[in-house]
Amino acid sequence: MSNAQDDPRRPVDVLVNTPGREGLTGTAPAELYTRTPDREGHTIAPDFRPDSEQPAWRQDFPIDWPQDHWVERRDFMRFLVLISGAFTAGQFWIAGRNWWRRRVGRPEIRRIGSLDDLPVGGTLLFRYPDEHDPCVLVRLSETALVAYSQKCTHLACAVIPVPERGVLHCPCHEGYFDLQSGRPTAGPPTRPLPRIHLDVRGRDIYATGVEWRTI
Amino acid sequence: MAMRRPFARDQRLTIVYGMLVFALILVIMQLWLLTATMNAYLGGDESVIWPAAFASLFCLALNVGLLVYLGRLERTTGAGGSGRSRES
Repeated sequence: MSNAQDDPRRPVDVLVNTPGREGLTGTAPAELYTRTPDREGHTIAPDFRPDSEQPAWRQDFPIDWPQDHWVERRDFMRFLVLISGAFTAGQFWIAGRNWWRRRVGRPEIRRIGSLDDLPVGGTLLFRYPDEHDPCVLVRLSETALVAYSQKCTHLACAVIPVPERGVLHCPCHEGYFDLQSGRPTAGPPTRPLPRIHLDVRGRDIYATGVEWRTI
Repeated sequence: MAMRRPFARDQRLTIVYGMLVFALILVIMQLWLLTATMNAYLGGDESVIWPAAFASLFCLALNVGLLVYLGRLERTTGAGGSGRSRES
């Protein structure tokens, strides 16, 4: 380590060079920062200590532009790796959710209503498979019934059945789904509504399962 | 016997630019993987979940490898004009 007092290049302000005052660069005259004779030609600190002994803040806030560029790009690289890790964590979070969904298994069969209470063109709201999943049942004809999750596949707003037009309408962003199939026909949704499988036993209507679909 | 000289500052910056472009492409690919996997999961398609997770993990490993190489480059050549450590 070079001794600042013995360095012939330039007199040093002892106040600036005092241990513990290295961070107070605002007090240091600009000429104290000296160019080094090495091939990189970077500026050395006023205390003349080698770079390996400089405090961390001097590494993060360098004086020379090329060195500053290096620090910026190094930190950007670290940020990218952090983002990359977050995306990977998201992937495994999805995998964990999928594992949990499979572990829960098929939902139970549940009676949701009666044909006697549902005229043709009528609708019935119910919750399936649990209380957090609102669904809608529509009677299309004497024998045809369809049921879907009521959560819009865009941003989970509640869709409203419009049997006379043959659509389900999401009023939040003007999304439309075909009532026969549950597939999106207009607006921002891209996935069909999850279909609720139905079974009619006598006059009773039962929900027997949920079918998630991508197309 | 040839002596191996450390990279000059400009050379190091060029290397870092290349690494950044590569890492950026990987991160964009991971973002696409995540959105596609989420769409598949919400649609009940389970077949892509684990392959996509491992592909994303592979991208992360590449990125971490690049970061390790960057740190090694900084330590061995004194990147930015200074061979400094973070201990101070």
